[in-house]
Amino acid sequence: MAQTKRKPDLHAISNSKPTPSKDDLKKFYRDMLLIRRFEEKAAQLYGMGLIGGFCHLYIGQEAVVTGITSVQDTERDSVVTTYRDHAHMLACDMDPRMVMAELTGRIDGYSRGKGGSMHMFSKEKRFFGGHGIVGACASIGTGLGFAHKYKEDGGVAIVYNGDGGANQGQVYECYNMAALWKLPILYVIENNKYAMGTSTTRHAAGELYKRGEGFGIPGEQVDGQDIFEVQRAAKQALDYIREGNGPYILEMMTYRYRGHSMSDPAKYRTKEEVSSWKDERDPIDKVKRYMLEEEGMSEDRDLKLIEKEIKQIIKETEEFAQTSPFPDESELWTDVLVSAEDQA
Amino acid sequence: MPTQILMPALSPTMTEGTLAKWIKKEGDTVSPGDVIAEIETDKATMEVEAVDEGVLGKLLITEGTEGVAVNTPIALLIGEEDEDQGPTETKDSQKEEKILSSNSPAIEPSNSPNRDILYAQGAVIEPPAFNEAAFTDMYECTVREALRDAMAEEMRRDDTVHLLGEEVAEYQGAYKVSQGLLDEFGSKRVIDTPITEHGFAGMAVGAAMNGLRPIVEFMTMNFAMQAVDHIINSAAKTLYMAGGQLGCPIVFRGPNGAAARVAAQHSQCYASWYAHVPGLKVVSPWNSADARGLMKAAIRDPNPVLILENEIMYGQSFSAPKDEDFVIPIGRAKIEREGTDVTIVAFSIMVGKALEAAKKLEEDGIHAEVVNLRTIRPLDRWTILQSLKKTNRLVTVEEGWPFAGIGAEIAALAMEHGFDDLDAPVVRVCAADVPLPYAANLEALALPQIDEIVQAAKKVCYQ
Repeated sequence: MAQTKRKPDLHAISNSKPTPSKDDLKKFYRDMLLIRRFEEKAAQLYGMGLIGGFCHLYIGQEAVVTGITSVQDTERDSVVTTYRDHAHMLACDMDPRMVMAELTGRIDGYSRGKGGSMHMFSKEKRFFGGHGIVGACASIGTGLGFAHKYKEDGGVAIVYNGDGGANQGQVYECYNMAALWKLPILYVIENNKYAMGTSTTRHAAGELYKRGEGFGIPGEQVDGQDIFEVQRAAKQALDYIREGNGPYILEMMTYRYRGHSMSDPAKYRTKEEVSSWKDERDPIDKVKRYMLEEEGMSEDRDLKLIEKEIKQIIKETEEFAQTSPFPDESELWTDVLVSAEDQA
Repeated sequence: MPTQILMPALSPTMTEGTLAKWIKKEGDTVSPGDVIAEIETDKATMEVEAVDEGVLGKLLITEGTEGVAVNTPIALLIGEEDEDQGPTETKDSQKEEKILSSNSPAIEPSNSPNRDILYAQGAVIEPPAFNEAAFTDMYECTVREALRDAMAEEMRRDDTVHLLGEEVAEYQGAYKVSQGLLDEFGSKRVIDTPITEHGFAGMAVGAAMNGLRPIVEFMTMNFAMQAVDHIINSAAKTLYMAGGQLGCPIVFRGPNGAAARVAAQHSQCYASWYAHVPGLKVVSPWNSADARGLMKAAIRDPNPVLILENEIMYGQSFSAPKDEDFVIPIGRAKIEREGTDVTIVAFSIMVGKALEAAKKLEEDGIHAEVVNLRTIRPLDRWTILQSLKKTNRLVTVEEGWPFAGIGAEIAALAMEHGFDDLDAPVVRVCAADVPLPYAANLEALALPQIDEIVQAAKKVCYQ
């Protein structure tokens, strides 16, 4: 019988004893910092009117996708997520310049400027979107897992969804099929406490990580602000899945510092609440502290070097996204169908 | 050199706002993420965060200033840019990669427009070539068997093709269309699903994106309404939203339209619903040859294709070509009966009714031409207009409702491109504009009957 597990007190600093190497730590720090700086730059470009429409930022949640990606098999596994997707693309090693160029609606964007913030894909990096309809990625991700099993390619589908999306009916239709057919799928619920402006206490009955219990899918609630915990839990879940046991649910307890999208002033929560997460539980600060205090790494040599590298990447990203041309008008008509001519 | 901090747009519609409060003061050191000011818009008060690190220089706009336009400089930031430049090496490699990453070659529709683009632009183009007469080796089979044989042959041809849906495997198909497929292909490729259309249709879309070619059977197309988000938002739009790099080769199929006495929720024609959507192809077979040739075309097509079948037709027998490569091009209609006096355009079960009507009209000396659309989207505009040019009179027949139906589209086509050929206004024969009733007499009244087609044809012939 599958088990569900839960940490007794999520707000307590995790007492797990990580043993990451110095290189692992540097990579954690680098990858999370890249996401944060990228998102801050996106917010700035949005403010300048260079990015339009909806733009959902991931600031605060960086440890979730970074920790999981650190233990996935990037050659075989596939990833799908919601519209809060920039970080997942960066974690999948997609080119930040092309992601940002899509945000600015330019021809060098991943979708040639036709998708925007919420709709980007990379077949090469096995990133399957970027989906704008809440809950849809759960079904699509179940199909990715179905295909891994059908093709016997050893891959696992890593399917990100939010706490809001966790209430969609199709999620349970998919839990049922995934468990029935033992599909290789890691369902990640990024619980950032708010479905747009409605808190989990007002939109979700019971615990999200337990919602697979009726189907026999094990679930675990994890401190999503602690990358060591995220990594540990993801590794354990992926091992379980790769052994052929079927799907697994990880509920990542996390927090977004910004509003739901750029146009959300986030008045449904207090300043104190936001700053307590920022000040006490920031995932990047946690790794930084660990590097300095536990590992005795040097702020000047180790951290500054990384910060400088990220700064340079963001600078190039911004420049690229602002100078890449707008799509030619002929692009309006292309890519609606795969044409016989395209295939020849 | 100091950089300017600009008045940000904090929503898609904001053009100006009030600089309510400076949180940081001149001379303060700021890091990315630090809140530096509060801005009021017409909707809310929002915080502005620093993006770069540095020291806040001059504040250019004082607290409380109203009507500050977006992108107005509000402060200066003195950075550490000078000491922080990366090595010049990085710059060179950046330049080089930038050229490389302007990846996909531009498609130039203006020079060599392809068929799909021309169609989207509303052009009337000759349908794809097809020499149907060359297929002479025929066999008798029901529509049901033709669909099954085509699926089986395509599954033998391509390992990634599989069938899933309710009762498709052990039960052998709710309407026995998948009879025998489980025995031949096993439960890996012929898959009974739970009764969860939303979930399994979405799952199949994901599988198609990840390299498989699913055939999704809906027990009837009525139940596909549960899954319509995935058919339209996930399957039809992804290729476009992905700039062409990720497509969705998938078939959604099942019986469409009215069966017999199953009333409103189980009797509806979806042709016009799906034909509305760019990114989808929609076909609707009438007889066994159509069923076989369109099924093969749909499975081999790299795009999402809807096959709108008809339950009443499943048991009817016709002859069909045996050839395993009998693939009817999507986008090509067929003239089932030649005539000179009036064109009757129909699809699916209504093709048979139109042919019956043509026989009756013959008794009155009216020679009707019957066009079997076969494909709804992309519509074979060319064949319809060629026929109209010959007969100068047009009647459309469909099981769907009149409003924004296929007949409405064809009438618009005739007006836009065949206006001078029309000797009479187009007449549409459709289902009555009501939910389909149960009582036998009312049901017959609601659905298009042969006599109505005859009357419509006579009307356009002014008889």
